[in-house]
Amino acid sequence: MVTVYNSVERIDAEAVNSKEKRSSYAARVKIFPKRVAGAFRQLKWWIMLVTLGIYYVTPWLRWDRGPHAPDQAVLVDLANGRFYFFFIEIWPQELFYIAGLLIMAGVGLFLITSTVGRAWCGYTCPQTVWVDLFLVVERWVEGDRNARIKLDKGPWSFDKWRKRLLKHAIWIVIAVATGGAWIFYFADAPTLLKNFLTFQAPFVAYSTVAILTATTYVFAGFMREQVCTYMCPWPRIQGAMLDEDSLVVTYNGWRGETRGGQKLRRSEGEENFGDCIDCNLCVAVCPQGIDIRDGQQLECITCALCIDACDGVMEKIGKPKGLISYATLRNYNSNVAGVESPTTWRSFVRPRTFIYAGVWSLIGLVMLGFLLTRDRLDINVLHDRNPVYVRLSDGGIRNGYTIKVLNMRAEPRTVTLSMAGIEGATMTITGSDAAPSNSIDVDLKPDKLVSMKVYVSAAAASLKGEVSDITFTVNNTTDEESASYTAKFNGPAER
Amino acid sequence: MANKEVDKLSGIETTGHEWDGIKELNNPLPRWWLWTFYATCIWALGYVIAYPAIPLISSATTGVLGYSSRAEVADELTNAKIAQADMLGKIQSASLDEIRKDPEMLQFAVSGGRSAFLVNCVQCHGSGAAGSPGYPNLNDDDWIWGGKLEDIYVTLKHGIRFQWDDETRDSQMPAFGADEILERDQINDIAEYVRQLAGLEHDAEAATRGVSPYVENCAACHKEDGAGDPEQGAPNLKDAIWHYGSSKQEIAQQIHKPRHGVMPGWVNRLDDETLKKLTVYVHSLGGGE
Repeated sequence: MVTVYNSVERIDAEAVNSKEKRSSYAARVKIFPKRVAGAFRQLKWWIMLVTLGIYYVTPWLRWDRGPHAPDQAVLVDLANGRFYFFFIEIWPQELFYIAGLLIMAGVGLFLITSTVGRAWCGYTCPQTVWVDLFLVVERWVEGDRNARIKLDKGPWSFDKWRKRLLKHAIWIVIAVATGGAWIFYFADAPTLLKNFLTFQAPFVAYSTVAILTATTYVFAGFMREQVCTYMCPWPRIQGAMLDEDSLVVTYNGWRGETRGGQKLRRSEGEENFGDCIDCNLCVAVCPQGIDIRDGQQLECITCALCIDACDGVMEKIGKPKGLISYATLRNYNSNVAGVESPTTWRSFVRPRTFIYAGVWSLIGLVMLGFLLTRDRLDINVLHDRNPVYVRLSDGGIRNGYTIKVLNMRAEPRTVTLSMAGIEGATMTITGSDAAPSNSIDVDLKPDKLVSMKVYVSAAAASLKGEVSDITFTVNNTTDEESASYTAKFNGPAER
Repeated sequence: MANKEVDKLSGIETTGHEWDGIKELNNPLPRWWLWTFYATCIWALGYVIAYPAIPLISSATTGVLGYSSRAEVADELTNAKIAQADMLGKIQSASLDEIRKDPEMLQFAVSGGRSAFLVNCVQCHGSGAAGSPGYPNLNDDDWIWGGKLEDIYVTLKHGIRFQWDDETRDSQMPAFGADEILERDQINDIAEYVRQLAGLEHDAEAATRGVSPYVENCAACHKEDGAGDPEQGAPNLKDAIWHYGSSKQEIAQQIHKPRHGVMPGWVNRLDDETLKKLTVYVHSLGGGE
């Protein structure tokens, strides 16, 4: 089956979704991606290194926040309802920042997809990155494509057992490390690691690691391309995101056809053929097991490995690179029509990308503005509703409030709680010995909310109607931060 | 079956379903999907055997695990009690004043007291403890039988005019009109005088006539200045809070044939920790002395 054409061998490979192989229930066709070298492969190694590095290392970074807050740089503290990200600390009521980030991620995905196609899928999606990592292990243990096919078809010899056990053992180690790294984002990493290894960590830590280990092992080891094809919704949304100016991995059929191998070329004459020598290397290297020459398809994650493979072949046979390349549909069509039309950065310049980029930046800037000007001292006032007011024995009117003061700085502070709006009104705080007055000092613990029951009494004559406005203010004299809340003060209709 | 339509471009059969010219290809399901489906069937079968599942006429199958949501609730309640045991022990041994001064115990007592209040007390005092005519408002600073922690605790334990408790708080105001102790005019004059004591609008002449019958008949309990006496449950007559209304008619009615509130004693129905929590809760409503 091996035909040599200018030292390039024809590989016996076939696309998994070719139409001859269809039944009601299709068994998975095993894919043995061949190793490939090239510019895109190099880029993918770097991206893998960076993304995995970020994932595994981040929980171990430290960030000094003083004695009253954790020193982990990135921490999702679910128990206390805090999210720490380096110099940013987010309280539960500020969760809209997270919502904003998710919206930005969504719009960013639209932007990326409309310009460079499924770059997310091909380069940075965890599924792609971990499958790539698992393939590295698989190749290291079992060899490249041909060796793996041979091993897979061969009998269960000692050598096969040894290789399979080693491969799965390494996979499981990676899977445990992957699931293990996740939990360190939710608790102090060094402490949790110690507790985890001495079986003192909470059950949820072990169950989370177990579940994520299982999903990593199964998804990256066994499911692989089927996750993209059958499970992931993103490929279905692609259709709406791509247009004729999006860069997609394209087989330039206008140049490649009619394809033909050495034998045909010899017998029928070189001039009857295009550049594609039908070596099938693009199919052999594809982790999704498809043939890019069939055109843009759902299964393609645009990992660009076929570009690397084909460029290598073109170089060997002395033809220009780019038989398979990133190209837009518009360029492709004009090339088909005979008008030479190389794909350049100009495909990025169009209203759609500018609108996406604009929306993305706008959300980012608005959030940044909010983040830089946000208050670190806040007050919430809840007026008692049952009863709305109480008549006192001296004829005065009393209203009750639950006042919550939020000290969102990691340092203790003393603030003055004062009120305005009703003449002569005084307040008392339950549990405090302070005499009834117009303003009372309150001690705040670092990074904590303090909830107080406050009673405000006023002479009936000082009320102007059934409902009056009353403004509570907390003020910190040292850092000049203050916050106010205007609530209602109820009284009887007749005084 | 002979004329199955085949999509020309992909060479795949269609299902025959069409939406605005778009036809559905009849692609095969992946085999792992089929196995997942079988796995869920087996899971469902196991679930039916293990858990209550099949409804019978008056009950349902119990399942081999013997699970029931009622037992789970009972378990959770037991666990909650165990979790509270520590705080309940502290409440039990602490004095009322100690509970009030300790922020942790105070919070526990107030929320526990509120729960007990919502079960046992709301029927008369209302869910906000604001009362209604004849049922005192517990938020204000006027207390018929005293508003100190100890006073509230005793009231809660033994009730008021509660005939089944020997230690109950008890006092009786004579029916001055119905029992013909006072004349109609005298009752009218006393009512005017009481309104004068409270600083309300009144007939000055009648009020002056009411002074001497008030001193003779009422001052023993309500005191000469009308300040009342919590020891005997005699309400303060000169403040702004009125148990049965402040109009002259309402006051005269009360002198003629007084109504008396009755509150049950709870000592035999609630445990001591609950009574303490209730006391601290009522005291925390803003009027506690």
